[in-house]
Amino acid sequence: MSDLKPGSRWKSVVCDVEVVVVRPPKSEISLECGGYEMIPHGEAKPEGKAIAAEFAGGSQMGKRYADEETGVEILCTKAGAGSLTIGGRLVGTKDAKKLPASD
Amino acid sequence: MHTALLLEMAADAAPDRLAFGRRAEGLTFAEAKRRAHHGAAFLEQLGGTNVAFVGLNGPALPVAVFAAGMLARPFAPLNYRLPDADLNKLLARTAPSAAIVDDEMIGRLEPAPGVTLVTRSAFEAACRMPGDCDAQFLDVDHDIAVLLFTSGTTGEPKAAILRHANLTSYVISTVEFLGADEGEAALVSVPPYHIAGISAVLTGVYGGRRIVHLEAFTPEAWVEAAAAEGITHAMVVPTMLGRILDILEARGERLPSLKALSYGGGRMPLPVIERALDMLPHVDFVNAYGLTETSSTISVLGPDDHRLALYSDDEAVKRRMGSVGRPLPSLELEIRDPDGKALPPGQSGEIYVRGPQVSGEYAHKKMVSADGWFATNDGGWMDEEGYLFVEGRLDDVIVRGGENMSPGEIEDVLREHPNVDDVAVLGVPDDQWGEAVAAVIVAKDGQPSPEELAAWVKARLRSTKTPQVWAFRPALPYNDTGKLLRRQLKADMAGKLPAKA
Repeated sequence: MSDLKPGSRWKSVVCDVEVVVVRPPKSEISLECGGYEMIPHGEAKPEGKAIAAEFAGGSQMGKRYADEETGVEILCTKAGAGSLTIGGRLVGTKDAKKLPASD
Repeated sequence: MHTALLLEMAADAAPDRLAFGRRAEGLTFAEAKRRAHHGAAFLEQLGGTNVAFVGLNGPALPVAVFAAGMLARPFAPLNYRLPDADLNKLLARTAPSAAIVDDEMIGRLEPAPGVTLVTRSAFEAACRMPGDCDAQFLDVDHDIAVLLFTSGTTGEPKAAILRHANLTSYVISTVEFLGADEGEAALVSVPPYHIAGISAVLTGVYGGRRIVHLEAFTPEAWVEAAAAEGITHAMVVPTMLGRILDILEARGERLPSLKALSYGGGRMPLPVIERALDMLPHVDFVNAYGLTETSSTISVLGPDDHRLALYSDDEAVKRRMGSVGRPLPSLELEIRDPDGKALPPGQSGEIYVRGPQVSGEYAHKKMVSADGWFATNDGGWMDEEGYLFVEGRLDDVIVRGGENMSPGEIEDVLREHPNVDDVAVLGVPDDQWGEAVAAVIVAKDGQPSPEELAAWVKARLRSTKTPQVWAFRPALPYNDTGKLLRRQLKADMAGKLPAKA
């Protein structure tokens, strides 16, 4: 999907997960949750989809998820049952670094 | 561990990386260290115990800071914006000292016993001497690193003492050594006599990030420097941010190189930070709360905390946009009642802090308890997850009929009104209640009526917190580090406020 710009918000179609993009991907990718492509935050959720069992590990509010390969970083703003994936590949959490103090 | 070692480490590990100044004419870390060494030798010849500095930001400032550090002499930057008489008084208090003074400012200074004046250009020339400096300095204890004169609430400014141990422990526990990528650059527009101006130099150097100084802040100059120098990191005080956003909007500029923007030194209006987050989603925003006496930052609201507060629909999470985040892991922080008892989450009291970076010492007194706790004189509370909310200076608390009210809470509510640009809430003497609540409003896009504003406050806070006295002004007085000058405003308004509504 296109347009994973920093600040863009996306939500899961099969659970409560909501995210905001913090760092954009280097190329176009497919961002999924619970096994289905995520939709823009403002769009209406389609009916009749069920979470895929293999992508039901859950996402936690406040955690940043980062994918080394594509460089995308996403902040989960609402927790839910689905796992975040990129083209079916699970996205792991990123550990908090020291402050970007300036000061 | 002492401050000059921070520069020496960076110079050893990244000698050719740019340390200070614009790309075209910057100093590398190796060159900065070489100049600081020459500067130290020069200062040593001038004698004195302290090194005073009266001048604008620029590469000579960090060189002077580290030169003083090499000599183990306290560095005392002075506020050049003070009236001449006050500046001269402070200068005299630094004696015996060598004072580096901007060429344009030296005419303002009178000879003071024990103070040797030298122009900035003479200092810089000495630092630029060719070759390495082989002067060896006495191996004395590095004790006091910096003396900062804080604006006192009463009488003369107090000289706050920051020891090498305080400053270096702060730097090392919050910054990763050479953690900055090559090519990163920090824009510092906070003056040298402010704690953030000093800590920016130390954290910048230790992190390996080039520092670009803005001599004098205007939002236009800031935006131009940020774009021209590929600035990745910056620190501003809240009163600067709104003006910067206006320029960015007017020019269609979004500063794509900017990675992180820290702010602190005063209350950030919620509408401003929300506008900033919306306009600059690629930027990590950091709210850093701290005091001179604590070597600057003690609590931080991080970039993701900001995003969560903006986008979450959890009320407790959203509320944190008005917090200063969580205390640094290297510190202990407590909220205490007037009897000194620690309070649980949700209850307001005075903020106390303890840790290696906390000084709390002044030239003539120690304001830290025997077991190391420093009373900040700021009121606040913590939520269940440890997020700190600062209500404001305890001295500013309004006491009306036995009820304590922080101006900050009422100001925040009024700022959300679409016709309010800025506001200050003060206590004014009242025969019946002790104090009455007065609000001084700077209006925008139309003139709101006191009745309308009172209703606005009443709908959001208790009715006793609704201001009884209203005044309108074109602007409020701020100092150059963004602090609202409450006492000055109170003095200005004395006798001019309208009768109670």
